[in-house]
Parts: sequence; structure tokens; C-alpha cells
Amino acid sequence: MTEKIENEKLLAMYKSMVTIRLFETRVSELFAAGKLPGFIHLYIGEEAVATGVCAHLKGQDYITSTHRGHGHLIAKGGDLNMMMAELYGKRTGYCKGKGGSMHIADVDLGILGANGIVGGGPPIAAGAAFGIKYQGGDGVVACFFGDAASNQGTFHEGLNLASVWKLPVIFVCENNLYGISVSQARHQNISDVADRANAYDIPGVVVDGNDVMAVYEAAGEAIKRARAGKGPSLIECKTYRWRGHFEGDPTPYRPKSEVDAWMKKDPIPRFEVALKEMGVVTDEGIAAIKKEISEKVEAAVKFSEESAWPALQEILDDVYTGGSVAV
Amino acid sequence: MRTLTFANALNEALRQEMRRNPKVYIAGEDVGLYGGIYGVTAGLFAEFGEDRVKDTPISESAIIGMAVGSSAAGLIPVVEIMFVDFIGVCMDQLLNQAAKMKYMFGGKAKLPMVLRTTQGAGHGAAAQHSQCLESWFMHVPGLKVVVPSTPYDAKGLLTTAMRDGNPVVFLEHKYLYGTIEGEVPEEQYEIPFGKADIKRQGKDVTVVATMHMVHKALAAAELLAKDGVSVEVVDPRTLTPFDEDTIIESVKKTHRLVVVTEEVAHAGSSAEIAARVADKAFDYLDAGIKRVTAPFTPVPFSPVLEQEFIPSEAKIIEAIHEVLGKAVPA
Repeated sequence: MTEKIENEKLLAMYKSMVTIRLFETRVSELFAAGKLPGFIHLYIGEEAVATGVCAHLKGQDYITSTHRGHGHLIAKGGDLNMMMAELYGKRTGYCKGKGGSMHIADVDLGILGANGIVGGGPPIAAGAAFGIKYQGGDGVVACFFGDAASNQGTFHEGLNLASVWKLPVIFVCENNLYGISVSQARHQNISDVADRANAYDIPGVVVDGNDVMAVYEAAGEAIKRARAGKGPSLIECKTYRWRGHFEGDPTPYRPKSEVDAWMKKDPIPRFEVALKEMGVVTDEGIAAIKKEISEKVEAAVKFSEESAWPALQEILDDVYTGGSVAV
Repeated sequence: MRTLTFANALNEALRQEMRRNPKVYIAGEDVGLYGGIYGVTAGLFAEFGEDRVKDTPISESAIIGMAVGSSAAGLIPVVEIMFVDFIGVCMDQLLNQAAKMKYMFGGKAKLPMVLRTTQGAGHGAAAQHSQCLESWFMHVPGLKVVVPSTPYDAKGLLTTAMRDGNPVVFLEHKYLYGTIEGEVPEEQYEIPFGKADIKRQGKDVTVVATMHMVHKALAAAELLAKDGVSVEVVDPRTLTPFDEDTIIESVKKTHRLVVVTEEVAHAGSSAEIAARVADKAFDYLDAGIKRVTAPFTPVPFSPVLEQEFIPSEAKIIEAIHEVLGKAVPA
């Protein structure tokens, strides 16, 4: 460890991971119970990535997220009530029920949105980073995407622009080994997405995406570099999604043994062991944290259940800034 | 009043707004040192420097993504896609990101950005550098679509676009850049979106035309005036928002409508305009609505075929005669 992390920050990171896990687990149950419409993509198993990166981010920093975005939002400080209500499609949700799981955003918190388009984020992240640089700030943008998105042209266009203009972005690849049903070995001829950094002459590192401290350290280096005006980096976090691509996905494309092996690498108990060794938390403390967060998630469910649906006339609102236009 | 070319009117709009508002910047392919492939951004690099006039890689998704991200971060980007045909390689950033973000986010995003691009035939640029695609953008809620025809409109509408606060697709017909000159005030001014302009008053037939076709329609009207036919030429100037009222009022007066666009007819802007009038002014029509458009083909290369492709004054006159029928004055 190159720098000592304060206990308070370590605890906040732990709480972020547990919040993501408990929120997502509850969402899975609610979806199975028919409470949530649409497509739901869960982040369970990947909690260390969003947490390790976002632990470095401040209010003026931005993130771009993905279809599997709940974890990024929680790690960047998203409000659980508004998130859950959005998944329900209620008017109290982040997007007044107009976005749903794949479009949750909180621009005031620097969250430029989950994104339903694989590879939609990198050009936008480069643009936000340009906006920061143009205005002379020391902010940074964290761009999350998956292994499959690294095959999109937008990934390459975003990295190229960010590298040639030395924009303050860190590109964070969550390599969970599958693009929907197609394994990485079947969708690209490389095993490390980080190798693609070479093409842009930027740092590219591989980290254990289930080790929050390793992610934190790699992200810290990249962010320091970005804030110093030295341009972007590519961090590849090797991880795994426990659930299918979407809730309801029977996952015929991967063996149970593979899932079991990855579940043994669960990032949360692993971090608990480290925290206990460091004397940051005790078993009792862990139990108390889980109970407290579980109650917050339940409160978010209750809030959502009790919230009103959008009024039908609201369908026409918010297409344009300045009000609707005559067409 | 002094006159400017269409291209120079656009240049002046950009220059004046960049002087006024430091948040406005320009980015695109060859817009900086080169001054834009049609010279629209000429001299801006020298005046504002490379921080505000950005030569980008040939990387259209990055260009539009840059506009989306930087406008969310508080800037007002004016980005250029060199030819509208190139929108095919970057449509996601416009269609799924820029246009939908505000609505998807429940109104909490504000994306003030202008996407300038050229379209239209007449330069022998062939199928991948000449198409008109305004209906594509009209079809997407969240975008505004501007289609200027004169230097005066070009300057005022571009100024409005940079202050609008929404993603604006600003379409420039490349034939107009150097060939059309007109009076343009030296000071800045805005032309409101959604307000059509009656380019020529008339009483026998309404011709709604856009961009290059406004000039063809005016030429046709001039020729017909010699035969005693009075043609009213209406230029919508923006397609989203769309000034239905001015067109309906004109048709109520003339009882006849011809729509002229360089776009193909099938599912084109001309179809939308015709449908509006059929819906709102059916009882006032004394003849079926006629459309004069390009044929349903890609834009051909050979000069003779390209001229055949572009709607001509003769075809406009023929359509006007058709809707007038026996009512043609002797």
C-alpha cells in the first residue's frame, strides 16, 4: 500500500460495497416478484470496482455509467430512495419515472447517467473531461464500461481523443468475462483489455477487480495523473457478474463451476477480513452495518411502494429545455 | 445595408457569439487551421486560438460525444460534422445520447449544443457527400432542426441556436454558401425558432420550400408572375419546432399547396408538411397537394444526372400549373 487510508474512508468503502450488494439483492427479489418493469442488470459481484474508483471522486468529478449502473450510482453517492423509486417507474424516482434502470442519472452529483448503449459512455466522458479542462478545473471523469464495450468504435474514439488532447479521464473496464452471452475468448483476440492502452500511448493496468484495495490504488494513480494534466489511463478490473446479463437470464453459456469459483472470490468477505486485520471493524460492527443498510434498503422499497405514479400529462414534459415545442 | 454570402453570415454569427460568450467553442474536422472545408469557420482559429477552435480527429462519434459531455459540464459546443452523410457513423451519440438525455433523466440535464453540418446536391460530390436528411432529425424528439435559406436567416438562426439550450441540428445547404448573397445587419440578432417566413407574397398558390429550394421556388414564382400567376413562397426556416400556423393561413388564402424539398418525397419533410395541411386545412383546398422533390435514388454523380436529381424551376412550375388546373389565368 503506497498510502495509508484513513479508517473512516475504509469504512465508507465497506458500506458502499454492502449497500450495492443489499440493494441489488433486494432488486433481484422485487423483479422476480413482478414489482419492477423492464430490463434489470445487476452489479452483484462487481462491487469492489465502482467502490474503489469512486472513493477518490469529489463532488465536481463526473462518472459515465453503463446498463449495469446501480453500483456506480451508489458508489458516487446516489440516493437509494430515488434510485429504487426510479426502478419502480414512480414519479419520485431520479428521472420522474421516465428513465428506469438503464438511465438513472444525477447530474448534480456528477453522474452523467447509466446508459443503455454498450459503448455509449467513452465519447461523453471525453467531452465532460474537455469541459473540465476548458474551464480550468482540476476535476476528473471516471468512465465505466465492460469488456464487450471495448470492441465498440466509440471506445477507441473516446480513448484516442482523450489521449491526443490529454484529457482528465480514467477509463475503467469492468471485465466480467462476458458480453451478454459471448465469452471474452469468443469476442476478442486478447485476454487483457488493458493492452489496448498501448495503441494510445497511455498507461494500461490490470487489477484484481474483486480486491477493492487494489482497485483503489490503481484508480488513485490514474486520477492523480489525470488531475495533474497528464492525460487518461485505462484500468482493467478483472471481475465477474454473479447474476445473468439481465434478471431472468438462464445463463446457458457458462458452467456452474465457473460461477461457483468466482463466488468464492466474493469481494465483500475478502474486504471484511482485511478490515478486521487492520482493526477497522469487528464482527459486531459488520453485523450492525449490514442491519443499518438493510433497513435503508427496506425504507427505499417502502418509499417506492408508497410513491405515486407519474401523472399521465407528465408524458409531454422535459423533452426540451425551455418547455415543449410546437410541432 | 451591406451584403454577405451565406457562408460569411454564418462565420459572423459564430465570431460575434464567441466574442460575447466564452463558453462557446467550436470543434470539428478541419475547422481550425484550415477554416472549415467550405470556409465557414475561416479566421476563427486565428482570433480565438486552438483552445476554442478545435481541430478534431476524423472521429465523428467523439465529436458529438464531446459536445454532449462538455455541454453537460457547462459549455456551449458548436460542433461540425463535415457532411450530413457522415452522421451514419455517429448517429448513436446524437439519437440515443444528446436527444434523449434530458427526457430520460427526468428533465435534469441541460444540453446546449449546436451540431452544424452541410447537406445537399449540386457540387458533383456524389452519393455519400450530397444527401438531404432533414427528416431523419425531425423524427427524433429532443432535437431542434434548422434549415436556413438566406444569409440573413442563417446568421439570426445560428445565433438563436447557440443560445437555445437544447441540441440543435443546424443544416446548411452547401450550394448556398458562396452563391447566395444578401443583406445582413452588422449587429447580432436572433430569429426565433418555429416562425416561418413568407419570402414572397402571393394569392393563387402557396409554395412551401426549404433551403436551396426556396431560391428555386422564388425563381419559378418570378417566371409565373409574367403569366399573371401570383405565387406565395413560405420558408419554414425551422422544421422542429414547426410553424404550422403560417402555412395553414397561407393555404386558407390561396387554396392550393405545392411543397418543394430536395429531400426525397417518401417519408420526407414534404410528406409531413402535406399531412399537416391535409389535416388542418382540407376544406380550404381546391386541389390535391403536390410535392416536388428529388427522385427516390441516391444522389448521382454525373452532372447531367445530378441536375436531373435536383428539383428544377420547370418542375415547380409544372406542379403549380397542375394544382391550378383550369384556374390558370390566361
